[in-house]
Amino acid sequence: MAQKVTIEPVTRVEGHGKVTIHLDDNMNVAQSRLHIVEFRGFERFVQGRPYWEAPVLVQRLCGICPVSHHLAAAKALDVIVGAGTGHGLTATGEKMRRLMHYGQIFQSHALHFFHLSSPDFLLGYDADPAIRNVIGVALNFPDLAVQGVMMRKFGQEIIEHTAGKKVHGTGAIPGGINKNLSIEERDLFLHGADPLNIDKMIEWADSALQFFKGYYMQNRATIDDFAHFPSNHLSLVRKDGALDLYHGVLRAVDAEGNKILNDVDYQDYYNYIEEEVKSWSYMKFPYLKHLGKEKGWYRVGPLARLNTCDFIPSPMAQKEFEIYKAVTNGKPNNYCLHTHWARLIELLHSAEIMKDLLNDPDLLKTDLVSKGIKVHEGVGLLEAPRGTLFHHYKINDNDEITMANLIVSTTNNNEPMNQSVNFVAKRAMSGKAEITEPMKNQVEMAIRAYDPCLSCATHALGKMPLDIKMYDAKGNEIDHYKS
Amino acid sequence: MSETVKFTIDGKECIGKKGQYIVDAAAENGVYIPVLCHMKDVIPAGSCRVCTVKANGRNMAACTSPVEEGMSIENNTAELLDIRKAIVEMLFVEGNHFCPACEKSGNCDLQALGYKYQMMVPRFPYVFERRNIDATTPKIFLERNRCIFCKRCVRMIKDAEGRSIFAFKGRGETLEINIDHKLAANMTDEMAQLAMDICPVGAILRKEVGFNEAIGTRKYDKKVIGSDIENNHQ
Ligand code: SF4
Repeated sequence: MAQKVTIEPVTRVEGHGKVTIHLDDNMNVAQSRLHIVEFRGFERFVQGRPYWEAPVLVQRLCGICPVSHHLAAAKALDVIVGAGTGHGLTATGEKMRRLMHYGQIFQSHALHFFHLSSPDFLLGYDADPAIRNVIGVALNFPDLAVQGVMMRKFGQEIIEHTAGKKVHGTGAIPGGINKNLSIEERDLFLHGADPLNIDKMIEWADSALQFFKGYYMQNRATIDDFAHFPSNHLSLVRKDGALDLYHGVLRAVDAEGNKILNDVDYQDYYNYIEEEVKSWSYMKFPYLKHLGKEKGWYRVGPLARLNTCDFIPSPMAQKEFEIYKAVTNGKPNNYCLHTHWARLIELLHSAEIMKDLLNDPDLLKTDLVSKGIKVHEGVGLLEAPRGTLFHHYKINDNDEITMANLIVSTTNNNEPMNQSVNFVAKRAMSGKAEITEPMKNQVEMAIRAYDPCLSCATHALGKMPLDIKMYDAKGNEIDHYKS
Repeated sequence: MSETVKFTIDGKECIGKKGQYIVDAAAENGVYIPVLCHMKDVIPAGSCRVCTVKANGRNMAACTSPVEEGMSIENNTAELLDIRKAIVEMLFVEGNHFCPACEKSGNCDLQALGYKYQMMVPRFPYVFERRNIDATTPKIFLERNRCIFCKRCVRMIKDAEGRSIFAFKGRGETLEINIDHKLAANMTDEMAQLAMDICPVGAILRKEVGFNEAIGTRKYDKKVIGSDIENNHQ
């Protein structure tokens, strides 16, 4: 008797989604889907608005990584105001934005590891859900919990001093930035009292990474086995192939590491990427045009970035990158849970980059904005914590936005998340007549590895209301699990 | 020398000039009376009523009523503060004011009064009126959704020949602020900036400079509206 299982909503992710799992007559998983049931509509809201408002307006679609939207929109507008892309800005403009961005990556990655995913590792994915959350972590591993909170705080303060506010600031403007860093501000981050200084952040980022590596060595088989499937990977890389989260060219590799998108200028992204709409989700499915819908889907985010880049331009993270790459013999890594490892390497890298930037005298200079001849269209891309983020705007002669297209990181990961859910559901649920909480959590872990931003407020306590329903072939509900 | 008059505000003894509007005389004595439509030395409009005070027992607009000898003025009473808060709330619900993405945020008098009077949720229902934007002039982005009809721009922004660049059109519910396209074509950056600065809300925006002022450096980021008047006379 064929059945359908619904998990709704998914917990400890940002936002609201549900999962349905269809079982065939033999109770094996036939198909699973992650449905995104939110609708935001920002692409429409922004039409008719003055273009310089976009970085401030559009970032409101997210309370977790607004800086990414703020900067991606500003980068698109740099093109529109004739400042060009990347290095068209003044040194202060670009470096202040970079500091803002790496502060954002740092706080978001710290949030994800310590608050959202660590309960599964520290307490076990099959632990009692009543303690398998950030409170459980705080009670059992108080030092780690404090580190998580303070690392987030440090990142948030970097954002405040570059964007003007911890959440939803206004720092990045078309063609540059509206403030520099004062010597006092800089010294606060370089030499602040422990733990709020950059050296402590590097030390803690490294220790989180070492913790995960230790955990991995002890649980290698389970982690490797959890969800792994071949896929393409896409991200920006610096022109020389280095990891760069703020600016670069678009590169994609296949599961074997062959380049399938060879360092192209993202201003033409629409020549390479297309989006498919499916009736059961508000989230589109992007794919590489030349490979088609079936073969062209790709992953983005930490796992993808460490698969596309050739090296990491900061010494400690580069060392860790080499250890990480050795696990897959230098080939792309397709293990879903290794995303956490990759994320922690990026956490360390972000801290190292912030230190470099803070020591750069350009941040203190006063030449903040550059502009040239205005054009009517611009594209801005960057690597948000969760993956490649696309902002594309067109304006008219009156400076009003006439078109906006946003492909957010989680949208890029739509198909991979569906694949992961499918993989885990098949493993955990096939042949079972009843759904247990650990089974449900495994499906969620598969989604959580991508740190998807579906936007919801309940994640902070590690608990999102979740329903799983099982239906028979005729659509009758035969089992219902509620967390 | 102009004739002086003595009056009191909330019991404080004050001195003003004969014929001086209450709001200006109060300011010279270190007493802040909120305004949205009034600007010193510009012919008053008396349109917003947020400066309502009780003078000799009667509610009056402090921007259109002159001080008189012996006048007893009430300013900071619970009743008047609530009237002002209600007016601010009405202005918020009548237009479409979305502070989070507005570039005037931090420099906006209406927002600053909302904070001053600790407006949380307006007591009136939102109107959600549909208003058009006029972005067709080279220097100004006219965001009618935020206009509170204070008439400051109409009274103050004029070309070299004294012609108003802004004007009201319609009446009552159809009233809207307009910009003369021909005159606006010759506006300088300075005029456009002045127009943006005197508009008490974010209805007049100078093009392409939005968000240039960092958070922390804007007019009301660190001080409450009116505190400069109060602090000057301590
Ligand atoms: S546009 Fe501004 S200054 Fe002009 S009437 Fe409206 S609110 Fe007042």
